[in-house]
Amino acid sequence: MPTEPDDDLVLTLRVNGDRRRLLIPANRTLLNLLRQDLGLTGSKHGCDVGDCGACTVLVNGAPRLSCITLAAEAQDAELLTVEGVAVGGALHPIQAAFHEQVAAQCGYCTPGFVMALKALFDERPDPTDAELNEVLGANICRCTGYTKILAAARQARERMNGRST
Amino acid sequence: MSEPDSPVGRRGGKIDGLPKITGAARFTDDLTLPGMLHGAFNRSPHAHARILSIDVSAALALPGVYAVLTGADLPTPYGVIPVAQDEHALAVGKVLFIGDEVAAVAAVDQETARRAAALIRVEYEPLEGVFTIEDALNPDKPLLHDERRRKGDTNVLRRVFQKYGDPAAGFAEADVIIESNYDYPGSTHVPLETQVALAQPHPDGKLTLWSSTQIPHYLHRIVSKVLGMREQDVRVIKPDVGAGYGGKSDPFANELCAAALARKTGRPVKFILDREEVFYAHRGRHPTRMTLKMGVTNDGRITAADFKAWAAGGAYASYGVVTAYYFGVFLPLPYKLDHWQFESHRCYTNHPPCGPKRGHGAIQPRFALELHLDKLANAIGMSPDALRLKNCVEPDTETSNGLRITSVALKECVDKVLAASGYLEKRGKLGPNRGIGLATSAYMCGALHPIVQSEMPQSAVQICADRSGRVSILSGTADIGQGSNHMLAAIVAGRLGIPETDCVVLEADTGLTPVDLGSYSSRVTFFAGNAAKMAADQLYAVMRAAAAEKLGGEDVVMLGGKVFRESAPEKALDFAEAVQLAEERHGTLGFVGHYKPPKIGNRFRRQSVGPSPAYSFTAQVAEVVVDPETGFVTVERIWAAHDCGKALNPTIVEGQIEGCVYMGVGEALAEEQSYTKHGLHRAPSILEYKIPTVFETPEIITIIVESNDKEGPFGAKEAGEGPQLSTVPAIANAIFDACGVWMNEAPFTPDRVLKAIERRDREARRASFDGA
Repeated sequence: MPTEPDDDLVLTLRVNGDRRRLLIPANRTLLNLLRQDLGLTGSKHGCDVGDCGACTVLVNGAPRLSCITLAAEAQDAELLTVEGVAVGGALHPIQAAFHEQVAAQCGYCTPGFVMALKALFDERPDPTDAELNEVLGANICRCTGYTKILAAARQARERMNGRST
Repeated sequence: MSEPDSPVGRRGGKIDGLPKITGAARFTDDLTLPGMLHGAFNRSPHAHARILSIDVSAALALPGVYAVLTGADLPTPYGVIPVAQDEHALAVGKVLFIGDEVAAVAAVDQETARRAAALIRVEYEPLEGVFTIEDALNPDKPLLHDERRRKGDTNVLRRVFQKYGDPAAGFAEADVIIESNYDYPGSTHVPLETQVALAQPHPDGKLTLWSSTQIPHYLHRIVSKVLGMREQDVRVIKPDVGAGYGGKSDPFANELCAAALARKTGRPVKFILDREEVFYAHRGRHPTRMTLKMGVTNDGRITAADFKAWAAGGAYASYGVVTAYYFGVFLPLPYKLDHWQFESHRCYTNHPPCGPKRGHGAIQPRFALELHLDKLANAIGMSPDALRLKNCVEPDTETSNGLRITSVALKECVDKVLAASGYLEKRGKLGPNRGIGLATSAYMCGALHPIVQSEMPQSAVQICADRSGRVSILSGTADIGQGSNHMLAAIVAGRLGIPETDCVVLEADTGLTPVDLGSYSSRVTFFAGNAAKMAADQLYAVMRAAAAEKLGGEDVVMLGGKVFRESAPEKALDFAEAVQLAEERHGTLGFVGHYKPPKIGNRFRRQSVGPSPAYSFTAQVAEVVVDPETGFVTVERIWAAHDCGKALNPTIVEGQIEGCVYMGVGEALAEEQSYTKHGLHRAPSILEYKIPTVFETPEIITIIVESNDKEGPFGAKEAGEGPQLSTVPAIANAIFDACGVWMNEAPFTPDRVLKAIERRDREARRASFDGA
């Protein structure tokens, strides 16, 4: 109801490597585009105002809060969601570490943490603990006290840099 | 009991952990059905008002709207506790808090449903509000529920008074008596997933309801009741749940309205609460005012206690009747207390309803008691740890209020946490504005007496062994992130000597799984774990007998996925082969196990709340820095030692302890469900409510202590709630060590700490003036 037909727009983008072309209302958020139009429900509604980070996805490699990003802003962009992180069925080292450390309790915030860390590691392959903290500070987890999430992030860092843990 | 390669005691990933990490997990909001409509509420803008009229015509006229419900459509009252049926799915006659649900809409999409809800015109007659404990106790104020039957009726839902021993004589024995007032704030759970329900009507009149609930069984009963349906026509399924911490332990209006709207429209209806609405659904910690008077002898024996608590509980009862008991019944734990009494009042106020939050009803008195112990230790010149250990309950004893105590490893918890933290070396010596504090606690492992009185089992588990060697486990338990699915698999696999990954757990589907009462009061590991163990024992016996016949000897063991004679391990059967042998002999392999807590006699007939088959114990030390200029408290580190009986998976147990400490830090430093004087929530968003991020969360060092409870499954007790009890008082005691102020009021916000420091300095100046 809130949009008239002439508010619709054609959006072309690449999501987890697949090219997509959709007709969407201009006010569609990126999160709703992913969840409703593309069926990629891994990214979560936690607050819808950018407070919690559960909706974090990568737009052209940079972390974005998809609940407060208009889908239209992703025109021609390259999107990566949590569903695209494990390539060819193999867990990303971040995911493997999250599993081993039980860094996901309820798992609702987990996709956001995985994406925030993915963006960091893609940009800085060997971040310091302070840099890890800085990135994790943008996401809320209510289950773990962040302890296992930090442990997983450190373990992933060590493994990705060829150091044993 | 557990072997080196047994799943029992093994660290690492949960059997159902991967989907949560790859995005494949399906939470309720991730489910979509063809033709699905969306629900939205119209909510009250008044804290207390009579509804004069509701006009839904404009909402119904909006294109895309399919149905509107008001309180008249769902008049049956309900409540999770049988003696407190005071809620309606939608307000009937009156609204009782700002945010109370008045009408519900189903429309083609969420935006249309919300627009329609805003078009509903409600005419109200505002009534005087009840916002404080004084208001609630005042017989001249209007009653929230019912008309005043007798002169003097107040808004007290439940008053509890219990007395044990001879408190007056106990106080007479004391050398030092201290009495203080304490205030503990209301706080809320903030699970990252909001409440979401999806209802599907079926052409035969039946209904399926998927919901983010901790209590599928109670939800099943209450949906049937409110909708006037036969229970066998309702099926409740709990998909993955984005946590609860007690916040999803009540039936909610969105669940009942999704079901009713689906029945009315003949279409599936999804009903999501947005983040702001979750702050109104609430059911969180009761804001509680307390007074505690305790006496000790000079050599540190606690002689008596007198505790009083008043809780402003919000508009509905929820579990509030139980809360009123929990305020008092755990006081003689973990310290021996023979002469004591408590009196508690759980009141109604015109606020969002309080309910059970992690450590339900025990957090507030524990805060008071643990501060008080440090005050008493200080007064008699005894070390706080020594005072605690001197009074600590012993294993296999009974408390003065009749609680049966079995396994206790509190002394070990205290010793380990003191050693790890360096408490004894650090206390009083960390220099100005840095301090260290200790607290201990105890918590139950499920309630002996169920909410709805019955002699039936409180947990049941069904297992089936497949010819492939896979074992399926069906259970009504609700995994909400705490790891109960893994717990069930670890127990069954541990008994059968197979990897837990060869088990499949199907949980929380009231159409398929045997009953479990739900994820609350830290009951699941002890109750459902024992039920799973009982089922696995039967399968084990049948398989072992079949294998013994084949292998020609009785010394058969099942280990590492193999079945063999201890005397001839080289002739081993694969687990699957042994299943097939057993199936040939016995027929299809399916077994059920259940758990009914033992009948533990209690010499106090009134004591139906508090008794548990076992208790967990915790000791924690916090190290803090207080900025004397700003009053800002930084919690740098918390050491937490917890007696969980047996850690079925130590990684998961650590995670529960860490989560408890984290939630305690939030309640200690910032979190508060706070309202204006007119009952309007001040901070209904994640950002404004101020929950700790990674920056505010201290380093948490967990120490697992295993007392191997003789009745727990493989010795296990609870770990999901008890560890939170010690966190807040440990921080408060550390603040005293840092700067000599007792923080009798939580949270310890900079303004409160600064005021306390200024008061300390004023008193010091006055003392030096008086002395001069």
